[in-house]
Amino acid sequence: MQPAGGPPVTDFALRGAGMSIAEAPGRARVLAKLRQGDNIFRLVTRGAALAVLVILGGVIVSLIVGSIPALKAFGLEFPFSQSWNPVTEKFGALAPIYGTLVTSFIAMLIAVPIGLMVAFFLTELCPMMLRRPIAIAIELLAGIPSIIYGIWGLFVFAPFMQDHVQPLLIGLFGNIPVLSSLFAGPPYGIGVLTSALILAIMVLPFITSISRDVFEAVPPVLKEAAYGIGCTTWEVFRKVVLPYTRVGVIGGVMLGLGRALGETMAVTFVIGNAHKVSASLLAPGTTISATIANEFTEAVGDLYTSSLIALGLILFVITFIVLTIARLLLARIEKRIG
Amino acid sequence: MAHSINSSLYAARRRNNSIAKILALAATLFGLGWLVLILGVLLWNGFGGLSVAVFTEMTPPPGQAGGLLNPIMGSLVLTALAVVIGTPIGILAGTYLAEYGRHEKISSIIRFINDILLSAPSIVIGLFIYEVMVAPMGHFSGYAGSVALAVIVIPVVVRTTEDMLTLVPNALREAAASIGLPRAYMVIRIAYRAARAGILTGILLAVARISGETAPLLFTALNNQFWSLDLNAPVASLPVVIFQFALSPYADWQKLAWTGALIITITVLALSITARALAATGKQS
Repeated sequence: MQPAGGPPVTDFALRGAGMSIAEAPGRARVLAKLRQGDNIFRLVTRGAALAVLVILGGVIVSLIVGSIPALKAFGLEFPFSQSWNPVTEKFGALAPIYGTLVTSFIAMLIAVPIGLMVAFFLTELCPMMLRRPIAIAIELLAGIPSIIYGIWGLFVFAPFMQDHVQPLLIGLFGNIPVLSSLFAGPPYGIGVLTSALILAIMVLPFITSISRDVFEAVPPVLKEAAYGIGCTTWEVFRKVVLPYTRVGVIGGVMLGLGRALGETMAVTFVIGNAHKVSASLLAPGTTISATIANEFTEAVGDLYTSSLIALGLILFVITFIVLTIARLLLARIEKRIG
Repeated sequence: MAHSINSSLYAARRRNNSIAKILALAATLFGLGWLVLILGVLLWNGFGGLSVAVFTEMTPPPGQAGGLLNPIMGSLVLTALAVVIGTPIGILAGTYLAEYGRHEKISSIIRFINDILLSAPSIVIGLFIYEVMVAPMGHFSGYAGSVALAVIVIPVVVRTTEDMLTLVPNALREAAASIGLPRAYMVIRIAYRAARAGILTGILLAVARISGETAPLLFTALNNQFWSLDLNAPVASLPVVIFQFALSPYADWQKLAWTGALIITITVLALSITARALAATGKQS
């Protein structure tokens, strides 16, 4: 395989190969120069690689430095206080943290089973001809920018929730204890549940595409053996494919969770930005990223800004942990598949 | 007796199998349904507003006609600068991981950190650039916005460059070494050329990724109502304008927001489809 275009590399490497002895010192100089160029290139690439570490270090240090004033003022109370009052300058992160965790949890609750079923369909059931187009379509869904989900959520999905879904939920669960408090209050359209559903649609393609990759890596002989003793397609998937790929699937789910936790624009449009922890899923709430996006440019005063950066730090720590677990699990399955 | 138990068990298993298959089909239709629904609504709402004015006129004050020229230009400039900053760093770092330090311990750490950056929340990147650029400079600027986007570009390019260079057959490297080619020249003249399509795919994917990014621009490049390509000042960008206009109470602003959303989506989809096609041709040759 010769790279297309340009002169053959031999012309370059062996240029002047037929030199006379008198030219030997010149040749040595050329070689030294090449060696020097080689070293410089190696150092430059190494520097660029280290820049990746510097960026991460910079993110961590700048977030910590930025949040020091807030952490000094509120101390350990910060993550557990619900007050968010720019006038009295009392800030606490409980409502955003709660909103972030609840919306992501509900999103995963919906997206994981559906994502796994789509991957099951794509790897075991779908006619060969349709597999690639459908897989590509689902990956395109993953590529749509989050602001598109946001504007769609605000103008199309939230009114739909307000007119149809939320009244139905209130009517359905209104008289059942426990559930009635989950679905209490007027149907605003926007709110925690709406945000969670949009997040579910957003992370669905991620979960599908990673599960599909790990399902496809199952050795055919395992599946054939199971079919051979008379298993149905579902039994092969449930009892052979899923246990074999469990680690990778969990890794993919964690990767999706990391995305849901940090997702900003789609949520900012529809969550309602209310710093309140309410039991009802229909009530407006807020998430860490939505709070930062909504308030950062309007934050007056160092303490306000610093509190928002402290929120960013908390978000970064949470996603860092989740993503680390995801990568470690995915690395484990990669090693096994080889 | 035994026969009837067996057959009922068998029937139950077949029933479960059919139910699972139907559910899988339903889940797939559900997933694809959203794609159709979102794109459909986008076309429906955005297409009507698409006109020459969108590309030739500035963003209007509420209640007047106008276009999206300044945010479109702003987005193009911010994206271009981000690619110019981020791509060389990304390609060089990917080169180190694949060519020089493939088995070194530090490389596995860098790979790991790079993967974390790849999925880190973009709003946190925005905060980071705010802290290191906007706060010291004292004002929002296009430069800060571009650097924030570059930080998102780098991990994408690092990842694809490394992956693509790893795919280059070692025989090519050995052949180059055997004719006395220094390693740096081998990388630049042989490995890069062989992996060209793949690396380009990575850059396209990175552009697709940042062209819709809003969160990191909110408090770096901010926004600008007027025509300005001065990167030392706030610069308008399409996603931020969509955000502002969509949340406004004015109907004509909301209409422009839909049109902007349509433009971004078409751009992103075109970029990812091109990247995919490019990756496919790269694999064939």
